Formats: sequence, structure tokens, C-alpha cells
Amino acid sequence: MSTHPDTAAFVRHDALPPQDPPASEVGMVHWLRVNLFSSIGHGIMTLVALYCIYALLAAVVPWLVNGVWDADSIRQCREKLDGARGGCFAVIAERWPQLLFGNYPSEHYDRASLAFVLLFVAIAPVLFFDLPRKMLWFTGLFPFIAYWLIWGGSIWVPVLALAGVVLGFFVYRALAGRSFFGAIIAGIAATMIFGFVMLGPIAGLLNSVLNISLDPVESRQIGGFMINFILGTTCIALSLPLGIALALGRQSNLPIIKTICVVFIEFIRGVPLITLLFVASVMLAYFLPPGTNFDLILRVIIMITLFAAAYMAEAIRGGLAALPTGQYEAGASLGLDYWQSMRLIILPQALKISIPSIVNIAIGLFKDTTLVSIISMFDMVGMIQGPILSSTEWFGVYWELLGFAALLFFVFCYGISQYSQYLERKLATDHH
Amino acid sequence: MKNSLLLGAIAVTGMVAGAATADTLQEVKDRGVLNCGISTGLVGFASQNANGDWQGFDVAICQAVAAAIFGDANAVEYNPVTNQVRFEILNSGEIDMLSRNTTWTFSRDVDLKLDFLGVNYYDGQGFLIPTELGVSSAKELDGAKVCIQKGTTTELNVADFFRVNNIEYEPVPISTASEAQQAYLAGTCQVYTTDASGLAATRASFEDPSAHVILPEIISKEPLGPLVRHGDDDWGDVVRWSLNALIAAEELGITSANVDDLAAAPTDNPEINRLLGTEGTLGEMLGLPADWGVNVIKANGNYGEIFEKFIGENTPIGLARGLNAQWTDGGLLYAPPFR
Amino acid sequence: MSTLSEPPKQSFHMGMLLNDTRYRGYTFQFIALLALVALFGWMVSNAVANLAALGQDINFGFLSDQAGYDINQQIIPYESTDTHMRAAFVGVLNTLLVAVLGCILATIVGVVVGVLRLSNNWLIARLMSVYVEIFRNVPVLIWILIVFNVMANALPSPSTFRGDDATASMLLGAFAFTNSGVYLPLPLWLEGSIVVVGVFVVSLIAIWALRRYARHLLYSEGRVIPTLPIGLALFVVPTLLAFFIMGRPIALEYPEMGRFNFQNGIQVRGSFIALWLALSLYTGAFIAENVRGAIQAVSKGQTEAAASLGLRPGRIMSLVVLPQALRVMIPPNISQYLNLTKNSSLAAAVGYMDITGTLGGVTLNQTGRSFEAILLLMAFYLAISLAISGIMNLYNNSVKLKER
Repeated sequence: MSTHPDTAAFVRHDALPPQDPPASEVGMVHWLRVNLFSSIGHGIMTLVALYCIYALLAAVVPWLVNGVWDADSIRQCREKLDGARGGCFAVIAERWPQLLFGNYPSEHYDRASLAFVLLFVAIAPVLFFDLPRKMLWFTGLFPFIAYWLIWGGSIWVPVLALAGVVLGFFVYRALAGRSFFGAIIAGIAATMIFGFVMLGPIAGLLNSVLNISLDPVESRQIGGFMINFILGTTCIALSLPLGIALALGRQSNLPIIKTICVVFIEFIRGVPLITLLFVASVMLAYFLPPGTNFDLILRVIIMITLFAAAYMAEAIRGGLAALPTGQYEAGASLGLDYWQSMRLIILPQALKISIPSIVNIAIGLFKDTTLVSIISMFDMVGMIQGPILSSTEWFGVYWELLGFAALLFFVFCYGISQYSQYLERKLATDHH
Repeated sequence: MKNSLLLGAIAVTGMVAGAATADTLQEVKDRGVLNCGISTGLVGFASQNANGDWQGFDVAICQAVAAAIFGDANAVEYNPVTNQVRFEILNSGEIDMLSRNTTWTFSRDVDLKLDFLGVNYYDGQGFLIPTELGVSSAKELDGAKVCIQKGTTTELNVADFFRVNNIEYEPVPISTASEAQQAYLAGTCQVYTTDASGLAATRASFEDPSAHVILPEIISKEPLGPLVRHGDDDWGDVVRWSLNALIAAEELGITSANVDDLAAAPTDNPEINRLLGTEGTLGEMLGLPADWGVNVIKANGNYGEIFEKFIGENTPIGLARGLNAQWTDGGLLYAPPFR
Repeated sequence: MSTLSEPPKQSFHMGMLLNDTRYRGYTFQFIALLALVALFGWMVSNAVANLAALGQDINFGFLSDQAGYDINQQIIPYESTDTHMRAAFVGVLNTLLVAVLGCILATIVGVVVGVLRLSNNWLIARLMSVYVEIFRNVPVLIWILIVFNVMANALPSPSTFRGDDATASMLLGAFAFTNSGVYLPLPLWLEGSIVVVGVFVVSLIAIWALRRYARHLLYSEGRVIPTLPIGLALFVVPTLLAFFIMGRPIALEYPEMGRFNFQNGIQVRGSFIALWLALSLYTGAFIAENVRGAIQAVSKGQTEAAASLGLRPGRIMSLVVLPQALRVMIPPNISQYLNLTKNSSLAAAVGYMDITGTLGGVTLNQTGRSFEAILLLMAFYLAISLAISGIMNLYNNSVKLKER
């Protein structure tokens, strides 16, 4: 047999160009078939879903498009709409400072905004490990700067508080060689003693020498979304160390310590946050010496921090439990004592494992700060339900306000959860 | 560690003396500002304008007391408190007085250890209902749903009224006045009940007030007034007589317009002189400046002026004086003599 | 030759309490305990001093006083002349009702959404992600308020059902959807209805036995018998027969429009529906995530193995993947159930009379006994939480992989 072209009547010299795939296997049609109409059941579901989307859009789009942004009251809104369906967004246009800042003095909005912007600078190095580590110095300073910016008053209070921390740090450094745990306790004690006993008089003295101060702002003037933000960030930051301590206590082999931690964690996790907030608003005062009574915001911060710490502790305990026993044994075999092995070997790994759950708790906590509206604090929701809706101008404007609040929370919480996913991906590359 | 320190710093700066100390007046003077508990928002009685300033009929009492002490009606720190926590907050010392449409009752006065210092508004509980339902008496409300504001005496009054008259009803408890009104307008309940003054204010704020009617039955006595903690009578006197000064000023014809003239020199009327401090030492007895009465009246005017300004017939709320007229005009307002 | 000397006998001295690791733990614990006792003692003595200064005491006697207020939704009979204790108990039952129904609905929503999120259908999967993200990232309090307002404004008010020119009408003449609640027909149990119910229960047992038998056949002989038609027949036929033989002993009482509202029938109140839906949809979004994670945790080999055995996709999901995913998703779901129960305390926002509304709301207000009321409230929620986690842990242990 020969394959020479001459022996056959017709031989093709070159390959045929590939034919276009059938219309049902390419482009839009194929995509639709595979993704939306792969079977009768899927087809029906798709159509139902499309109808739902249509119904939702038909209700929402005119409301958004016809919205009135410029009016003095809901009556004026209704006049402008003249029977058409539309939102009265003028309430947001007029009352947005109250929604964001509560009753914070309007001439100082820039102070609060500056603190807000600086917050992002401060937490950036915590969130993104690629940033220069030197930025962490600013993170350390931020609480004092933010306190001064938001509450105002003499600059010496936060400066001296910072000095107290530095003092505590040096006490810790001096003792750290002997016992890590003892050094931490001594450091905190030094800071507390300095803060409670000496801060007031020295601040007064320095103030009389050189008076640098901002207009003081009362805690109860702080409100709106700002208070959600203050409570959220402060309580998350404070609850993390407390949560670590509780988690370690719960894992400890000292029975009394363990019992105390277990009872505390289970108690806090067993009751709703709102009962703890009731405690903060009406009961905490009873447990303090007669004649003392401190700021409602501070009381609420304490209770929310305790609440969050119990949840953090459980997240971190999960991380501790997930570590192989070999890590604990390795630490012991190197001759490290308990605190050394925890600090150098166990906790860095355990915390890394528990980051996703810690972030979830942080999101939950941030959302739960809206509950303070129930104990008559004017946070975002409290502001809406109280002063704005009870004003004669905006009586009955629900949708726009609740929608605005929902949108604001969504933006932040979704942002954090996206960050958490980014972090998971980033950390996942470590072990192949 | 850093965090715990911050906490300490806040604790130090945020710490304010308070609680059940004996000398509230001295404490207020030292603080330089009066902590006054008010409603979280009730049209006409306490509401906030776009600047965040509180104003209203109840707020004016706070301002009058502040004016009596400091001569400055703005030396007030307003603490909006809800129904649920108002007495706790007062008892914990966080606020010095409460001026928050609070009904004076036996158990509050005796069992909750509070001191009511007089009445700034005589009220009574009524019912608001859409005209189209054709109801002319509360006795016809069998089977209706009634919107009630939680945590108030109205809840108990309604229960008593319907039980005594043997009528079935269903309570719909709602936490704030604005939500209750919203629920009523949406038709989730047919009847809205609260103090008659509140009903009038609510009805006035509706799109079409004539579509709603306030039923004739007034089922309770609701004397509303300012109150303080039990046990500090000197402080109670300051608040009581600031309120009385407002009422007496109207009776004596002292207004914010003529008070300066009347106080410039002693007048023919010795009671006016004593009230305005041009004669006698009433202020000193209270531990206040001699011109305290002048300051009280200058803050927002006398009782009648305050009434007209915030809730009177020329405001959207449009309340008539009714029981709240001076005793000389057939009302119940009767300030004890200043002597 | 040297004699082996005994190791020097160390007598115990105080320094060892700090430096000897054998004893140091005891020292720490003792100090911690002392500090705790001191803290509690300090707080209690402060509380005693403060209460004495205010002339108050701690006394639970108020619970037996007359409550004086009415509660709209009552599972057990309650009058305003009953005690605060009974009012609190009505609140407890209302809390349990919304918590239990909420957990059930949240589970259904969560499983359906979690499965659909992994669907091949692009649109459905996207839609479910949007639902999950929106509900997870907005506070539950705002959701409760939004759902409550949707209810109040989207549904017709009862008055539109009244009169000849009514703009709204009842569904099938039996269901009325109004903005103050949903009205359903109420079954009336007449004489002889017990027989019908008995027959129904027996047929349920028969269906269960049938399924057992079918499974036994499948495993032992590999035969498949059609359980569905037989089961359906068992479900419907005997009960219907009994119903007609006994002369229709079960009747329905339809809601009808009264002077102001619907009367008769069952009323499901708007506040309950709002709280129930909001909590279920909110928690459902979290459960959906747990379900999705658990399904993805089942190794792909399992799905492929099931497919190679010839199982259809639906059966792969229900027979192979979900049972394995169940073990993974139970622990996180337990904490979601706990969260739902605790979040039900937000009922106050819509005026649902749960325990926070009765004991922690009106009773607290009217008696001024905040200290006692809040303590009782916390004790109740603590008991509920411990009970739920106890029960669910038992269940978790029963479905856990038995390692032999």
C-alpha cells in the first residue's frame, strides 16, 4: 500500500480548519445552559429567582430614584413627591451629623473625624504585616491621642497616662528576667498605682505650669455611629489580652484557677449581652463604694469587654487545642518554663490558628454595640429611635434611617470579613 | 498592659462624685452644672432641635433650677433617660433631679424612696381612636387592640379600667412614643392611649388630625412633676421652690419682660419683693443668691409663658390650660405663699 | 569504699512556696482565690452599704404581689390580677416559644441556603451569597426593626377587611394576613376526635415501621421496595376513614371580622412574627455558612464514590454528604442556637412580651426591684443556655463517629 498522493484520487494536504462548536456549546447560550438551565428543576429555580429579583428591584429602584434629598420635614417631602413612591432621604441629608456624631459639639466634628482617620493609620500595621513595623509605635500612641482628641481636656492626662505605661514597661523589663508572670503583674500594678494615685496631682501641677488643652467634651454628648465605633474598637482591643489570659487559665492544670476561668466564661456566654448592659446601667453603681459613680460609657466598655473576652477565650482555646501536643512537649524539652513556652512557642501558633474566629467575634461585637440603645444611650439606632423619630419634622421616616444604618454597618462588617478571608488566604500559604 | 492603663486613665478622668451623698446642693455648686434627667424625646415636653439643643416644657424646669443656683439657665447637663431606668439613674446619683413627665404615685413616693416636689402638669390618661371607627366612648372598645407605652403607669391604668368595666382588649406594648404612634397610624392597633396632653400632641402631629378623635373618658389622674432622691430635703426645697416661683410669678404678674424692672427696686407688693429678693432673705435660706427668683423667671419666663411657648394653643401641640390654669382662673395651680 | 549517703533531707521552708515548682502552683492559686474572695466581699459590702443608704433591701417578696398589667400573648391563662411570678412565667414560655420555633426555622433556612449556595445554578448560588452576606453583616437589632416595619407597612391593616367595600380579603376564606398579625383557623376537637388522632398516631408508627423494614430489606437482600406511595397511603387513608366514620369530629373555627379585629381562630401576633422571622433569617445566614463549610469539609472522594455507585445527585447529597457533614456542623450550630435564644431578649424592641419584657420590663418598672429582677433574668438565661448546650452535646455524642 502506498500513501503517495498519486495513488489516490484525492488526498487532502492540510488539516481542515476546526469547525465552530455548535451554537449550544459556546458563548452566552452555553453559559446559560450550564449555569442556569442545566435541568428542568434548575430552570424553574432560575425563573423563580429572576422573578424575586424583579419584584425587589421594582419596589426599591423607584424609591431610590424618586428620593427627595432636599426638604425640611416629612410633610415637605410628601408635597414634593406628590403621590409618587419615593424615599425621603432629606432626613439623612439634614440629620447626618447627629447620626454619625450624636450630640457631639458641632464645632469639634473635625477632632472626632481626625481620630477616626488616625484609627486607620494605627490599625494598618496590625492588619497588614507587610507595612513597616515602625508604624506600631504610632499604634501604641494612638489610644492616648484618640482619647485626647475625642474627650478633650488637658493634654497632660493622656501624656501622663502614657508615662505610666512606660513606667510599667520598665518595671516589667527590670523584673522580666526573674519571672515573666510576676513581671507582668508588677508592671500592671505600677501603672495602676501611678494612674490612680499620682496622675491627678501631677496633671494639675503641669497644667498650672503649661496649659495645653482642648475643649472638654462630656461622655454623654458622644453618640451616633461614633459611639458604636468607640465601643467596638476599644472593647475588641481590651478583650483580646483578657481573652488570652482566660483561655490560658482554662487550659491550666491548677484546679482553682481553672474553675474560676470556666465559671466566668460559661456564665458570661450563658447570659444575653442585654442583661449585662442592664447591669452596667443600673446595677454596677451598687457594687462600687458609696459616692463613686463613673461614666456610663466606661461602665458599658467594662461590661462589653468582659462579654467579648469570654468569647475570645473560647476562640483562643480552640487554637490552643488544635496545636499538636508535640509543640508543648518540645517547649518543655528545651527547658523552657510555662510562661516562656507559652510566649515563645504556643501562643504565636495558637493565635494564628484562631484568627478567623477572633475576627468573627470582632464583627459580632461591633454589631452588638447597637444594643446600647436599649439602655438609653444614643448610638446610631438610639439616635434614630429617640431624638430623630420623635421630632415633629421627621416623625414616621423609618425606612430611610434604618436603611442608612444597615448600609453603614454592612460596609464596615463586610469589609472586616473580606479582610478576614484575605488573612486566611495569606496565612494558608505558610504550610503547603 | 497599655490597654489596662488607658482604662485607668479614663477611670480617673471619668470619675465623678455622686450617689447618695447628703449635700446635693453643695455638690451641684462645686460641679458648676446641674445634671437633669429628661425624656428621650416627647414632642413639646423634651425634644432636640437640629443643633442638638434640648427644649420643652419639662426641660424648662431643669433650666429654671439651674438659673436659681447659678444664674445661668444653660448650666444644665441633660441626661435623656428611658422609662425603664429613670428611677435607678436618679437613685444612683447620676442625675440630681428628674423632670420627665413622671406621675406622682404613692408607691413611687414611698416604696421607691423618691421625693416628688410638686406638679408642673395635671394630666389624665385618655384614648385616641380613628374617627371612622365611629366610637364615642371607651366602653365600646370591646375586642380592640390598644397601643401602650411600656414602663408607664398607663399600662396599669388600662388594665384596671378594662377589668373593672369587664371589657376584653388586647394590649400592644411599645417602647417609645414615636413607635407607638407609628403603630397606631399603620393600624396595627386601633386605639392609642397615653396622657391626654401626649394624645393632643400626637394628634396634632398627624397629617390629618381631624381623622382622629380623643375619647371623653379620662381614666386616671396623672399629676406630673419633678422629683429628687429621698433624704436630702435641702436640695428638694431648691427644686420645689423654683417650681413654685414659676407658678407664683404668673399669679403675681411677673413676666420675663417686666422682671428686671420689678427687681430694680422694691415694689408695693411685698410678696413680689420677697420673691425677687428685694426684701427679706428667702434666697439665703435656700442657700441660693438673693436674686434667685429673678433668674428663675428670666430663664424661660413664668409658668404661663413656658406653657404658651412649648405646649400652648399657639404651638402645634395646642393644649388648652384647663386644669393647669391658676387657681384664680379656675385651675389647680396654687403656689404656697412666699414668706 | 565510700558509703552511699542518703540524699540530704530537705525540710520544707517558706521560700519553697515561691521558688519550688511543686508548691508554687498552690501559692498562686491561694493568692488568686484570696483576691477573688476579697473582690466579692468588697462588692457585696458596697452593695449592702449602698442599699442601706437608699433604705432599700433585697427581697424577692414582690414576686407574689399582684402584677396589675396585661400580657397579650399568653400560653397559659393569665389575668392582670395574677402575681408577678405568674407574669414572669408567661414571659418564660413566650421566650421558649420564639426560641424553639426560631431554631427550627433557622435550621431549615440555613440548610437550604447552605446547600443552594453550592448549587451549580449560577444565579441561585449568587443570590444565596448575597442573602448570607447581607444578613450576617447587619446588626440583628436593625433586622428586627426592619422586619417589624415591613410587617406593619406592607400588609393591610385589619380595618381594610371590614365593611362591604373591603379592599383586602382573606386567603381561601380562612387565613387573614394583617399588619397586626396573621389569623389562622383553629381546629375544634369535638367528641370522637380522640379516635381520629389515635388512628393518625398509629399510622405514623406504621410508616416508621415500614421504613425500617424497607431499610432492612435493602441491607439484607438488596431489594428496594417503593416506600413513598405506601407511606403516603398510610399517612392519609386510615386517618381520613376514621374522620368520616366518626362523623367529622374535627371542625375548623375560621377567624371572622369583629367590631375592630378578627375574632376566633388562632392569632399569630405581628410582634411574634417579626421577632421570629428576623431571628431565623439572621441566624439562618450563620447556619448556612456552617452547613456550607461542613459540606465542603466532606472529601470530594465521597461524592465521586457515591456517583460511581450510580446514585443521583439529590441522593448523594441526602445519603452520603449531609450525614457526614452533620457531624462537622453540629458544634458550631449549637452555639448559633444559643445565640438565637439569647438574641430573643431583643424582643423589647418590638414589644414582644418575653421574659425580658415581663420580668425585666414591666415588673422591674412597676416594682422598682431592678436588682432582683435582673438577677432572676440572668439566672433564667443561664439555665436555658446550659440546658441547650447539655442536650445538644448529648446529641452530638450520639452522632459522633464511633471509633472502635
